Amino acid sequence: MSVKVVVADRAGQKKTIEAEPGTTLMEAIRDAGVDELLALCGGCCSCATCHVYVDPDYSEGLPEMSEDENDLLDSSDHRIQASRLSCQINLTSELDGLKVRIAPED
Amino acid sequence: MPMHYDAIIVGTGHGGAQAAIALRQQGFEGSIALIGNEAELPYERPPLSKEYLAREKVFERILTRPASFWSDKQVDLILGVTAIGMDAEKHSLSLSDDRNLTYGDLVWSAGGSPRRLSCKGADLAGIHSVRDKADVDRIMDELDAGARRVAVIGGGYIGLEAAAVLAKLGCDVVLIEALDRVLSRVAGEDISRFIEGEHRRQGVELRLNSAVECLVGDRGRVCGVQLANDETIACDMVIVGIGIVPAVGPLANAGATVSNGVEVDACCRTTLPHVYAIGDCAAHASRFADDKVVRLESVQNANDMAKTAAAAICGHDQPYQATPWFWSNQYDLKLQTVGLCQGHDEAVVRGDPGSRSFSVVYMNQGRIIALDCVNAMKDYVQGRKLVEARAEIASELLVDTETQLKLLMPT
Repeated sequence: MSVKVVVADRAGQKKTIEAEPGTTLMEAIRDAGVDELLALCGGCCSCATCHVYVDPDYSEGLPEMSEDENDLLDSSDHRIQASRLSCQINLTSELDGLKVRIAPED
Repeated sequence: MPMHYDAIIVGTGHGGAQAAIALRQQGFEGSIALIGNEAELPYERPPLSKEYLAREKVFERILTRPASFWSDKQVDLILGVTAIGMDAEKHSLSLSDDRNLTYGDLVWSAGGSPRRLSCKGADLAGIHSVRDKADVDRIMDELDAGARRVAVIGGGYIGLEAAAVLAKLGCDVVLIEALDRVLSRVAGEDISRFIEGEHRRQGVELRLNSAVECLVGDRGRVCGVQLANDETIACDMVIVGIGIVPAVGPLANAGATVSNGVEVDACCRTTLPHVYAIGDCAAHASRFADDKVVRLESVQNANDMAKTAAAAICGHDQPYQATPWFWSNQYDLKLQTVGLCQGHDEAVVRGDPGSRSFSVVYMNQGRIIALDCVNAMKDYVQGRKLVEARAEIASELLVDTETQLKLLMPT
């Protein structure tokens, strides 16, 4: 069963995408053609260019943030409570319906 | 009549792909062609020497964007074709399939071709580069066919990353470096020695100060690497990672100024009208190198130059000033670099390399110009601001790991 995610781009335009469980949120957004997500390091948690804001309603189902992710997010001027690196979130069926927004570019 | 595109981008690596994306993001409404000499859709190259070679990621997962993206954005992909010549006056480009195209603006993002060995035996079978998907597919085929003893020539990032993956896959790896340390072109000695130690610990045999005399073959296939000291290292395959030669031939022939790469101004313009160059092949003055002309081979550089060129084409110049950064993953080591360390006169080690988490802060005349961070994300993130400010900080303060780097920023 695929996982539905609602992605809002920087202009607020919303798009519902579907991804296979096991892919990362970054891959799902990229493969759905949302071009604002750079994800320059390809998902190895070495940059902060796949920064998204996750709807707080879903924060409980998210994997815990690693220290590296936490430190990398500190490099963004746009970090807020809801900030995550989308490459660090593996999509599972529990996250079905997840709502995220692409964070502003640094 | 040759077919016309308002913008033609040559090269489907990070720079080329991002140039097309950035043009559309910045409102470019004209026609765009993206030309690549590989038959593949644009894909990420860094995983080639890491997750792709390790078979942790299949090819589809390293595509820059899915196939539908390019048609949705009205970017024509012309794949499996090489741009072989150009006429700057006529704005025309000739392709290896005998076609001619004309352009309004041209973005040259052709990268480079792997430097090849010139010694005897260099044309034997079983010798591979790591630049394209096809290179790595050939290496994987060899592994599947039973190759176990691998000689890696070149101790740069590509050679080291490949060695790390192959060692983990159970190969017997010998890494041969002509100079007295690995990474000599891109990092200070502290990093070199640490990385060498890690590779040895993982079972990789290192031969430093070892020039290759020739490659030895058996029935047309490589079976050994003979060093200048007459020692021969027996192997089933050879991987060569000795850098790239910038792919700028057609630009040079058309009259562009070429030195180490094709020279570009702050907005990525070459000396030819309406011709831009970005990424691995573009030589530019960098404020991170005291305005010296440099050529950077990194995803960051390709991506940020692509945005710069796209902005210039769209009529709003935004000079390239992005901070250089780079990463390399080997074993469980995350090596991250910010700034450019070439020209440093002091290297301060912050933390204990023995703990496998430390940084090296590079200084020039007392100012911070770069950091190499090993499993030290906080230093990497916080050090970036110090590099951008070229902060002047005493080394006694930098070595104190109890104090976070961000607290050392002069006010």
